[in-house]
Amino acid sequence: MGVGIKVEHLNAWFGKTQALHDINIAIASNHCTAVIGPSGCGKSTFVRCLNRMHETIPDAKAAGKVEIGEMDVYNGTSAVSIRRRIGMVFQKPNPFPTMSIYDNVASGLKLNGFRDRKRTDEIVERSLKYAALWEEVKDTMHKKSGAGLSGGQQQRLCIARALAVEPQVLLMDEPCSALDPISTGKIEELIFQLKEKFTIVIVTHNMQQASRVAEFTGFFLLGKLIEFDKTEKIFTTPSDKRTEDYITGRFG
Amino acid sequence: MANHALGAPHVSGPQPTEKTLVVVETSAQSAPLVQVGGNEWPDRVFSWTMLLCGLSVLAIVALIIVELVTKSNLSWHAFGWRFFVQSDWDPVNDQYGALPFVYGTIVSSVLALVLAVPLAIGVAVFITEMCPRWLKGPLAFTTELLAAIPSVIYGLWAIFVLVPLLREYVQPWLAKYWGWTGLFEGPPYGIGMLAAGIILAIMVVPIVSSMTREVMTAVPQQQREAVLALGATRWEMIRVGVLRNARAGILGGIILGLGRALGETMAVTMVIGNRPEIAKSLFAPGYTMASVIANEFSEATGDVYLSALVEVGLALFLVTIIVNILAQFLVWSVTRGTPARANG
Repeated sequence: MGVGIKVEHLNAWFGKTQALHDINIAIASNHCTAVIGPSGCGKSTFVRCLNRMHETIPDAKAAGKVEIGEMDVYNGTSAVSIRRRIGMVFQKPNPFPTMSIYDNVASGLKLNGFRDRKRTDEIVERSLKYAALWEEVKDTMHKKSGAGLSGGQQQRLCIARALAVEPQVLLMDEPCSALDPISTGKIEELIFQLKEKFTIVIVTHNMQQASRVAEFTGFFLLGKLIEFDKTEKIFTTPSDKRTEDYITGRFG
Repeated sequence: MANHALGAPHVSGPQPTEKTLVVVETSAQSAPLVQVGGNEWPDRVFSWTMLLCGLSVLAIVALIIVELVTKSNLSWHAFGWRFFVQSDWDPVNDQYGALPFVYGTIVSSVLALVLAVPLAIGVAVFITEMCPRWLKGPLAFTTELLAAIPSVIYGLWAIFVLVPLLREYVQPWLAKYWGWTGLFEGPPYGIGMLAAGIILAIMVVPIVSSMTREVMTAVPQQQREAVLALGATRWEMIRVGVLRNARAGILGGIILGLGRALGETMAVTMVIGNRPEIAKSLFAPGYTMASVIANEFSEATGDVYLSALVEVGLALFLVTIIVNILAQFLVWSVTRGTPARANG
């Protein structure tokens, strides 16, 4: 089951440049929340702060309170153990090219010291089914490299890899921006089904995508969270002028 | 085309615009700015010159091979394949077997790799993944510098620093605790196979480490992030996300290092002891193919003696060529656009 996320007074920096200013947001469990905004508005940084990937960039730092379920992300929990419970899918599909499809999905389990062969088989199958990739790869998954798949399949493989460790939250950082419309459709369909089991936060450039998959949408601008509300409200009657300008295409 | 662009305004627009355009077009037709065809001989000279440059490399290699084969003919006829499996090297009785040299070359090189590869990979991992930024440049530069030191300097350093150290401290300790393996027996001279292996290792480290560093840097950042996001520690990230993706390139670097170790002459000659014997102990003196040629060429009086030395050279040449071809294949398989790069 997914868990909710509570963010209070989150600030983030790249060196001396502040990328996020005092973000407060409460993300509902087992729903999909979209984060939209123009390029450079801090939406990716925000998502990367949730699993502490932000701080892996040299000179980047973050401060504030982030609670994911019972975990206090910036206080008393190690970054490694947080990332084990939060899956992440990146903009560019990044399967491990030297591993087979099967090993790609099992890689998270292996890293966590999971050695049970039979259970691993089950989990890999289940994860590939979650990611709607099972039918396409079940015969070749031991032989074929993860890099031998098409772009859309690679991205679904990355989703399967993230889901294999049974995370509570799935973060998606523009997961469809490198994909064609058909693959995008498949991934969106997937998000719909995955909501039942995971809390999903998706960063997207594509406002139609946000309106299709997300119940809640947050609009970021210049490192600030301008508005956060139900998706219909954001796209029909936003309460902030800047949100309206953005979604009607007046800038960005 | 120009008329098209002007299509809309030109209905109401002024006539002169169209006229000027027409004039420009006709003038362009009557006197082209750039001549087509014409003088081609500079290009021909250029291509012939470049062809000559390219062929000269092939010619040099061919000449070396011809020279080695013809000059070693005498020895080849006298000993045949026995030359490579016999171990007595006796210039007085004109009996030559190159096995101790082949053995010495291979053992000293393999020993060098065993010592150098972990160190070199460690250096590369530290520089690319963990080093504070201010230290990165100086450290990388110093590693490269190691490759630029002439080998005779390494030899001198080995004689005055490394050999006494081995004799006084390292070898007694090895003999005491690891003597039972049989690899560390006999009197600790300092000079010998172990010293040669260590000095070769120091010379090989910069080659392996700079190659490793390059392929590690080429691994896309997304691969590192993918592993980190799965909840990997830094070491796991380096192992799964970086080293695993770079392994073919690292292998290429190791083989280039092996090529260097096989052919190295000066530093090895100065410390290996130069005795054509095959001994199990690494403390014992040995001899390599390159060293025997350098040491004995000037005093080789008989024709068969000279021919035997050339045959040793031929053997060394072949081994080095094989190693280099292997390295080229490996490096090529990395740069050809492995999935790792396609992803980047």
